[in-house]
Amino acid sequence: MKSIIRFIPLILFILLGVLLYRGLFLNPQAMPSAMIGKPLPNFQLPTLKATDQLFGRDDLKGNIVLLNVWATWCIQCKYEHPYLLEIALDPRIKLYGLNFTDDLNAALSWLKQYKDPYVFSLFDEQGALGLDIGVFGAPETFVIDHTGIIRKRFAGPINNVVWKEEFLPLIKTLEIEMANGAS
Amino acid sequence: MIPELGHFALIIGLAFALCLSIVPLIGVAQNNQQLINSAKPLSFGLFLFVAISIFLLGYSFTIDDFSVKYIAGHSNSLLPYYYKISAVWGGHEGSMLLWVFALTCWTFAVSVFSKQLEKEFVARVLAIMGMIAVGFILFTVLTSNPFERLLPNFPLEGRDLNPLLQDFGLIIHPPMLYMGYVGFSVAFAFAIAALMAGKMDAAWARWSRPWTVAAWSFLSVGIALGSWWAYYELGWGGWWFWDPVENASFLPWLAGTALIHALAVTEQRNTFKHWTLLLAIFTFSLVLLGAFLVRSGVITSVHSFAVDPERGIYLLVFLAIAVGGALTLYALRATNVSSPSRFTLYSRESAILVAMSILVTATVTILLGTLYPLIIDAMGMGKISVGAPYFNAVFVPMMIALFLFMGVGPLTRWKKARKGELSKHLNGTSIFSVLFGAAWPFIFAGEFSLSAFIGMTLGCWIVLAVLKDVFNNAKQADGSLKFSAVPLNHIGMAVAHAGIAITVIGVTMVSTYENEINVKMAPGESVNLSGYTIEFDGTKNILGPNYSAIQGQLKVSIDGEFVTLLKPELRTYKVQRMGMTEAAIHTNVWRDIYVALGDPLETNSWSMRLYYKPFIVWIWSGGFFMALGGFLAILSKRYRKRVLVTEQKLKQSTSAVLKEA
Repeated sequence: MKSIIRFIPLILFILLGVLLYRGLFLNPQAMPSAMIGKPLPNFQLPTLKATDQLFGRDDLKGNIVLLNVWATWCIQCKYEHPYLLEIALDPRIKLYGLNFTDDLNAALSWLKQYKDPYVFSLFDEQGALGLDIGVFGAPETFVIDHTGIIRKRFAGPINNVVWKEEFLPLIKTLEIEMANGAS
Repeated sequence: MIPELGHFALIIGLAFALCLSIVPLIGVAQNNQQLINSAKPLSFGLFLFVAISIFLLGYSFTIDDFSVKYIAGHSNSLLPYYYKISAVWGGHEGSMLLWVFALTCWTFAVSVFSKQLEKEFVARVLAIMGMIAVGFILFTVLTSNPFERLLPNFPLEGRDLNPLLQDFGLIIHPPMLYMGYVGFSVAFAFAIAALMAGKMDAAWARWSRPWTVAAWSFLSVGIALGSWWAYYELGWGGWWFWDPVENASFLPWLAGTALIHALAVTEQRNTFKHWTLLLAIFTFSLVLLGAFLVRSGVITSVHSFAVDPERGIYLLVFLAIAVGGALTLYALRATNVSSPSRFTLYSRESAILVAMSILVTATVTILLGTLYPLIIDAMGMGKISVGAPYFNAVFVPMMIALFLFMGVGPLTRWKKARKGELSKHLNGTSIFSVLFGAAWPFIFAGEFSLSAFIGMTLGCWIVLAVLKDVFNNAKQADGSLKFSAVPLNHIGMAVAHAGIAITVIGVTMVSTYENEINVKMAPGESVNLSGYTIEFDGTKNILGPNYSAIQGQLKVSIDGEFVTLLKPELRTYKVQRMGMTEAAIHTNVWRDIYVALGDPLETNSWSMRLYYKPFIVWIWSGGFFMALGGFLAILSKRYRKRVLVTEQKLKQSTSAVLKEA
């Protein structure tokens, strides 16, 4: 009997191990945002390449819009950049950038150096729009559907796996929704 | 070439670690003295090559070799040289190398300072440490190589060290913390070796005691430094956030505190052996668990490292092998451990037993709080975060109970207190403590406060108990006092307990009487903060080595008398373009005045956060006293003397066993 008691710590540890193993495959960065299901708030911001013009919500054209929050001070943005260049080639989506609390010249030379995946990149120097939609840090990516509703927020860098698991299913759903809406 | 040499040295270190974990054990199994004796040179080789490796990484940092990916990501040519060196542990890969280096330091130290111990036992201990080293070096080499190159297109300039880490506190905080973490591997190795040998007598407890206390002392300093850094660097005036990473360091500290008490009882009274074995395993498991939590990304925290599931899986497998193996060994081999000695309800054993139970309960409670978001998420029940309110609500009452027992334990005899003796000792101290605690809020603030009453009473109670204990020990037969007669380890205990009291007083005073105001200030305006007049004289622009800053000028005075000029800064670091608040603090023993710049508002005015923090420096001073107490205890002569005696005893007993066989 007593020898069975001595196995209790081991059993507890095994349970903990199972839990931790499951935890590895959860994503603490998939943070639901209060903005999901709500329309993108309107804004008046210049873009990096046209600082003398103001752009608003309606200028983000496209059926499925991805708004990628980035900055040159963000190391993980550099990591996700090559994937963004790939994603931008996908005809189903339009990828816009939101350059967040950054330096204009640094951001422009970044785009020159690493190539520009965005249709255009909003220049949010003060972080005003970022504050409105609850940006936590960079990189973050928002998915906005054809009716202008925010459908998803993903915090952290995008890579092939994330793209396949987090974004493609949603894009398929949105396509079905659009097909149904049209018919 | 030099980074490759560093990488190569690390791999040679891995080879040494592999040999160390196998060869001495074969020696023990075959009773081959030559193989047993190989443990010591192998430990030295392991230490030497890992030292070469970390030195070469540091050297590459100082010469700005940005072709190394890790250096390009964590340094910059403008960075001052001391931050270049501390940047070695400024990120995941380099901090793993520091971790490995700390481990090899301990391994080497054990091999050097264990001449008095039985050779087979030391060989086993070193082999276990070698296995742990294999695990961590392999992890570093396979998943987190700091020597990886960015070739052929390497950047001409680095991304710079995170400005938050460009700070004096962060130069010494990680080495202290890691020395503490990894130091518990020694206690773990001793416990495993004892289980393997099937010899769980008081001797192994005595041998591992100074090592465990040393690790605990390092960890105390590490945690205190981390908390101090968070206080002055993050600019929020808080000193503990119950962040998962903070908890990851606090959990082993709590378990380690229980362990050093269990070891004391096991050594002196030859009992509590199961406690000691399990706590040694538990403490080191928490160290490994902390490494897993921080470095795998299962939990979000403000200061977790880069997330990589591959690392998480490796660490989890390592955790499973180390802890699962240890607990299996315990389940199978701990059968012949009996605790022969008996003790009564009124004895030091009882007091320590209660204290250990409280410490373990507190550890488990905090562990649950830390893992709770993960548990909920794993069961698909959504995402939550457990904040400071939970931890404070559960932790504070447990600590109050613990501190009550801290005032009893040192004044109680082993085994059985004499009739009336306990009440004789405790009556005076308890009455005085309660009076002191009740009077304090009136003297300090003019009105009663329950939290101040409880905190100050407990602080006073703990200090009086150890003072009285030291006096009792110094008392000679003729009634005179002779403090040199008090054993050093006893003084160490008293100092460490007093350190706890100092921290308790600091925490009590800060949480009861701190004062915070958020104001908008224009030049020339002044505000009143807990009796101090703080006048804003406008801002200056200044230039640092790798940043530019706006510096506020605030004149602090009390009753018309000038106290100090505070200069909080808002820095912009050139490379990372990150805004950083640098708070300005004026510290003395009784209070801190803390000023942080907020945002610039219209026409030269600024939003500002001003804090008055009474006794806050006591919180961290307490940590240093705890460590000081620990180091005093290690210096105690009794470890060296008694160890020799035990060895002779052991020889006798082993020869007796051999004769029986």
